[in-house]
Amino acid sequence: MSLFQRRPGLLPYLLLAPGLLFLLLFFALPLYYMARTSLETGTLFTGYQFDWHFETYTDAIKNYHEQFIRSFVYAGAATLIALAIGYPLAYAIALRGGKWKNALLLLVILPFFVTYLIRTLSWETILADNGVVVDTLKAIGLLGDDGRILATSGAVIAGITYNFLPFMILPLYASLERIDPRMLEAGYDLYGTRRAVFTRVTLPLSMPGVVAGVLLTFIPAAGDFINAELLGTPRQTMIGNVIQSRYLELSDYATAAALSFMLMAVILVMVLAWAKIAGTESLLGAEAR
Amino acid sequence: MEAASITRPEVRAVRHPRLLAFARGLLNQSLNVYAGLALLYLLLPITIIILFSFNDTQSRFNFTWQGFTLQHWQDPFGVPGIGDAMMNSLKIAILATIIATVLGTMMALALVRYQFRGRGVTNLFIFIPLATPEVVLGASLLSLFLSVNLTSPPTGFATILIAHVMFSISFVVVTVRSRLIGFDRHLEEAAQDLGANSMQTFLRVTLPLIAPGVLAAALLTFALSVDDFVITNFNAGATITFPLFVWGAARVSVPPQINVIATMIFLATLLLMVLTVLQQRRAARMSAVMPEPGV
Repeated sequence: MSLFQRRPGLLPYLLLAPGLLFLLLFFALPLYYMARTSLETGTLFTGYQFDWHFETYTDAIKNYHEQFIRSFVYAGAATLIALAIGYPLAYAIALRGGKWKNALLLLVILPFFVTYLIRTLSWETILADNGVVVDTLKAIGLLGDDGRILATSGAVIAGITYNFLPFMILPLYASLERIDPRMLEAGYDLYGTRRAVFTRVTLPLSMPGVVAGVLLTFIPAAGDFINAELLGTPRQTMIGNVIQSRYLELSDYATAAALSFMLMAVILVMVLAWAKIAGTESLLGAEAR
Repeated sequence: MEAASITRPEVRAVRHPRLLAFARGLLNQSLNVYAGLALLYLLLPITIIILFSFNDTQSRFNFTWQGFTLQHWQDPFGVPGIGDAMMNSLKIAILATIIATVLGTMMALALVRYQFRGRGVTNLFIFIPLATPEVVLGASLLSLFLSVNLTSPPTGFATILIAHVMFSISFVVVTVRSRLIGFDRHLEEAAQDLGANSMQTFLRVTLPLIAPGVLAAALLTFALSVDDFVITNFNAGATITFPLFVWGAARVSVPPQINVIATMIFLATLLLMVLTVLQQRRAARMSAVMPEPGV
């Protein structure tokens, strides 16, 4: 008998140990240090001391609740738009793509082959004040003479939507593609109209994809600051911008750490609530399959 | 392109069959048109990026079209610092890919193939980094590095590498795990019955079977690493990677060379992707032709 059978009790732990140790050291331990940092007072020059300073949290909420709410509104809007764009596209590829499925799917992930920042800069070019889009909208009167797209909430939401759209489409495609065509045939055989077959067969069967897509889009969107930075102005600042500037530019580590914690907590609660409502046990592991 | 495989018996008595057929055709077409527009939206920025790598720009910013030139393509690394940044990105991506893929694959093997105490908690623990915004991952790692000086200066090449391995491990586990789930353990038992020891079984049966999943995880890690800005920005110190270089340039001036290199990365990734797909298709065809797939 081999090692596999003789000591099955120990082997999984041995396989897990290095990876888990790495995550404990560089994911869990940093969270502990961040918790500590968030309760410290002091400045870069006088040094920092740990004194359970919870006021940092209340001050952070008082000063930055606006950016917090804006982050979730932008992320929510971007997620809904991505769903509206992504679902029909994923549906068309999965159910009508035929032999072109893989090629079309490749087109969907092409944006990932270009660096995130450069993609966003490209939108800056497209939406620029004297660019094609703005000129066209002005010509047909949808935009006033001094109207602009860049530096508005719309531009930031559009940028976020674009950057995370493939995260929405891929899980949608995966769940739509898995649907057995015979299920749809059965629906039609039972006198289902197109609408009935869609709402009562296709849509319910694609729900796992919707749940996963919404999560994969919403989480990075809520923490994003690149789109607000490159396509917006200080009036479109999101919570990510605040964390990044407090930490890296102003050395206000306590506030940045407190904000990070609250962002993480809110997102985790939303994710777990969403998983509960949507009823996907598959979220945490693949056992459910 | 049409869903010809699905037969739709027309059972309901229809009063205006021609009108209904027309409406149905329109609906069919409108979905295709909508999907086409969505694809155009996805591809528009890439087209602009490639196009503007040929822009004969004179100003500091590469925002408006000035005319066609090949000048930037002749000298893609002509901007000071851009070559070093690219080298750093590649080095970090290669190292992070190797480390994260090995660690993550081991974890995926343990999680799918064994029942053991603490499995549920481990699954949850691996999921949490995926549900944490990048800015939080970056900020918390910097808290650690500033508190315990692992290296001196506290952040640099090594800390970027640690960060990239950290955020990639969970992705590797998820990717490899999805491949492992349909795995037939009888194949391993067969190998052991035939006298293979556990190492031989792993190397000659298990690994080849999960190889596509491992390869996909490695490609994903490489792509995530090369592209990462947010976490890197927190933990880079004085080290500049390609995304950090772009970020710096975006605030001062965006040289067209950035578009050239982005286009080069784009084409290289595309080539790699197409080759992988072709290779897998060929492998699938081979195994379909062979009556006894090489056991």
